[in-house]
Amino acid sequence: MLVSKPEAPRSSQPLATPRLRRRYWTLLTTLLALSALFAFGLLAWDNPMPVGTEGFWIIARMRATSLVVILIVAFCQAIATVSFQTATNNRIITPSIMGFESLYRAVQTSSVYFLGVAGITAIQGVSQFLLQVALMVGFALLLYGWLLSGRYGNLQVMLLVGIILGAGLGSVSTFMQRLLTPSEFDVLAARLFGSISHADPAYLPYAIPLAAIAGGALWANAKNLNLLSLGRDAATSLGINHRRQTMVTLFFVSILMAVSTALVGPMTFLGFLVATLAYQLADTYDHRYIFPMSVATAFIVLTGSYFVMKHVFYAQGVVSIIIELVGGGVFLLVLLRKGRL
Amino acid sequence: MITLKGVLKTYSSEVAIGPVDLEIPEGGITALVGANGAGKSTLLTMIGRLLGMDAGAIEIAGYDVARTKSKDLAKIVSILRQENHFITRLTVRQLVGFGRYPHSQGRLTPHDEDKISQAIDFLDLGALEGRYLDQLSGGQRQRAYVAMVLAQDTEYVLLDEPLNNLDVSHSHAMLQTLRRAADELGKTVVIVVHDINYASCWADQIVAMKDGGIVAIGSPAEIVRQELLAEVFDLDIEVTEYRGRRIAHFYLPVPVCEHCHKQPGKGCCLDGSPVSPGPVPLTLGRPA
Repeated sequence: MLVSKPEAPRSSQPLATPRLRRRYWTLLTTLLALSALFAFGLLAWDNPMPVGTEGFWIIARMRATSLVVILIVAFCQAIATVSFQTATNNRIITPSIMGFESLYRAVQTSSVYFLGVAGITAIQGVSQFLLQVALMVGFALLLYGWLLSGRYGNLQVMLLVGIILGAGLGSVSTFMQRLLTPSEFDVLAARLFGSISHADPAYLPYAIPLAAIAGGALWANAKNLNLLSLGRDAATSLGINHRRQTMVTLFFVSILMAVSTALVGPMTFLGFLVATLAYQLADTYDHRYIFPMSVATAFIVLTGSYFVMKHVFYAQGVVSIIIELVGGGVFLLVLLRKGRL
Repeated sequence: MITLKGVLKTYSSEVAIGPVDLEIPEGGITALVGANGAGKSTLLTMIGRLLGMDAGAIEIAGYDVARTKSKDLAKIVSILRQENHFITRLTVRQLVGFGRYPHSQGRLTPHDEDKISQAIDFLDLGALEGRYLDQLSGGQRQRAYVAMVLAQDTEYVLLDEPLNNLDVSHSHAMLQTLRRAADELGKTVVIVVHDINYASCWADQIVAMKDGGIVAIGSPAEIVRQELLAEVFDLDIEVTEYRGRRIAHFYLPVPVCEHCHKQPGKGCCLDGSPVSPGPVPLTLGRPA
């Protein structure tokens, strides 16, 4: 007698097979466990007091600020990059090419150029932080609004104009840097590396809600992002108002990028790296699964590089160097082994 | 019914599609045919609201395409473009599942899963449903896209060159599927095809286009005639009837004058037309 194996129900879920589901949740749990371990490591390593004592917690609390900053930056960069790549239908660009970082560099450089070393302190403070965020979001909105809603509204043109404006701002900054005295330049250079220790705890009460609202809005919109990833034509045919969805997505992306950049400085490669890794790890089209994976990956990358920079090289939080070095290597490894983006 | 009134799309002062007035009745297969650049795809994408028009109005089943919400239109009309490229990695079944989005808003019910299974089986993709799109051949992928459109379960289905990339047997299977969709599911199918004979043998109605305008509308027997094809394609094509279907024999070389390379009756020097210098000498690739 022929006994057929009971067939698995035909399912169109984002993680179609039990094997894929197991793989996803195992990976996510591992990443979260690693995150917790790294976070604890940052609090406890080199902590002169024994774990659990009152003194330990006092020191840990002082270090916890950088942990919160890392969490915000990881959340902002990961979600912004994944959403941006979906909205632009392109997986090899990051939102930083829209000129956020050039704008940040230009603001920092011109403050030192015009005000001298005192300028660096002049642009620190809550209102200055909010002003920088507003400036970056405004810049992005102007670009999106003008280029996407016009008669020749076109994403590729918008990206190109963004890159060119960014390059222009970058050259102006470089030119001003040439004219600085060596000591002024030294002060400025420290600000131009992405660094966790740049963040002033006073910014956090503003950065956290901004990031939470923008990130939460994108997360809640995950189903529409799934459709956007099919491209303009397919998404429209399935009933999405493509232009509106793209604009809304890019608006929230600009808030996230502005918060992150104003908080810790340029992190050019981070978003790209974690988004690419998250696609590989999550192995699904569904943003509801990609988002948690990318945030966890970003948190691990940031805590890991912060730890190495702080405790191995004693370079107080200049994480972008490690991210670009090690992250680039990991990225190439993953890409060459899998052979696809 | 799909109604177009004065639909116009201007690309430059010389190139424009329309103004087009057209009525496509409910049910059956309507084929848009014409030479390259005649505006078939443009017209189809405008009907499917993927491209805005500069003037005029399009109504599908009484809904104005420009004014109705995209979300509501997605339950009435679905459109598939010629080229589809997705950045995400999808299995066949996940892709077809996207077709249910207008009905499920992303939350697939058992009813949706049923519909998805039906669409997959309808295109004979059951064995491939767990495969990723990048593991399929061009023909299989084309079928998966059509399955997605069928899963959307709209009354009107617009397909831009669904036979693109398909060999003869797959073209045949695809046309049979579309025929069944029209006959068994009662859908109104509008397709763009390049091969006039496919239109002649499978469609209920043919819309012949040239230079952005409509030359003629009618049944295959009314359209596939030598004079009309000569007008539409600028080529003298012999038409014969085989098993009750008109077949245009455009595969055969058209006899031309050896002296001036023109057809007799079409400016050939033998008809007394002014003698032209003859065919442009072809010297490319010849040793000097």
